[in-house]
Amino acid sequence: MTASVTKRTAKHTAPKRIQITPQDAYIARLAAYAIVLSVLESGIPSPIPGVKPGLANIVTLIALERMGWKAAAWVSILRILGASIVLGGIFSPGFALSLAGGVLSLLVLALCQFLPRRHFGMVSISLLSALAHTAGQLLLARLWLIPHDGIIYLIPLLSGMALVFGFVNGVIAERLLRQYPAQAPASIANAHTQQTH
Amino acid sequence: MVIESWRLLKWGDVLCLLLLAALWGVLTYWSWAQPRATRVRIYQDGQVYAELDLMAAKTLHVTGPLGETVVEVASGKARIAADPSPRQYCVQAGWLQQAGQSAICLPNRTSIELVGHQPRAYDSLSY
Repeated sequence: MTASVTKRTAKHTAPKRIQITPQDAYIARLAAYAIVLSVLESGIPSPIPGVKPGLANIVTLIALERMGWKAAAWVSILRILGASIVLGGIFSPGFALSLAGGVLSLLVLALCQFLPRRHFGMVSISLLSALAHTAGQLLLARLWLIPHDGIIYLIPLLSGMALVFGFVNGVIAERLLRQYPAQAPASIANAHTQQTH
Repeated sequence: MVIESWRLLKWGDVLCLLLLAALWGVLTYWSWAQPRATRVRIYQDGQVYAELDLMAAKTLHVTGPLGETVVEVASGKARIAADPSPRQYCVQAGWLQQAGQSAICLPNRTSIELVGHQPRAYDSLSY
């Protein structure tokens, strides 16, 4: 009887393995980088609350370029969830704003895939995505948090900042992508060992 | 390094940047071109104390529970020039120019509000 019990538990506890593809691992790595950037960035004092460089967007852009829109969406959503868990603001209005910005910027990234890439680089994509991020936040703020047209006064400031940081982030993403040419996701996971020689 | 960074741009990027900058200019003009105010309304203890034309330069002394609040009107703008309130919020609000702007000296129960041609979009504000 005892034998049969152990047999049964052994059968039940045998873990059902989730298949982790190299792509999954790479997405997780990029999301981790993005969370670190978000957390670091939250430590930078900002004269205006809500104006942040959005450095984590660089990682989303790299995911988009290397692995396509789906991976970029994963990285972006994981980053928003992860960063708000780490910073302690999950399901707060700030989290909702971040999510609204992230979702609209992902929609624009989906459209950006139709840009002729011969003539449009990461800078264009970064600019459009940064503006979409700001637009998403402003829209949610207008509809939900501050239902008053006074928020229109903020548009020039916030969208101007989006242009500046979108440009800078785009240049950084372009640089990084050129400096480290594409590898297969599996070999990227071993990048450390390859770079040592 | 700066020149190197510019080389990373493709012509589409430059086009995108210029277009978006132009769009930003239009957006800024649209957002900040709000109707200008024509009159200033001064409230004392919840009652309208005076309503002045903004074009006429004038200094008005309004007496409240703490003392005198000095309202200054000059060429299309108005401000609280002096107030006995401890934190001086309404003085620091500075010159008001656009319809709908207001400066409130709560301790002295005095406030000014700019009004334009159009009626206000709301009935009242509560804090």
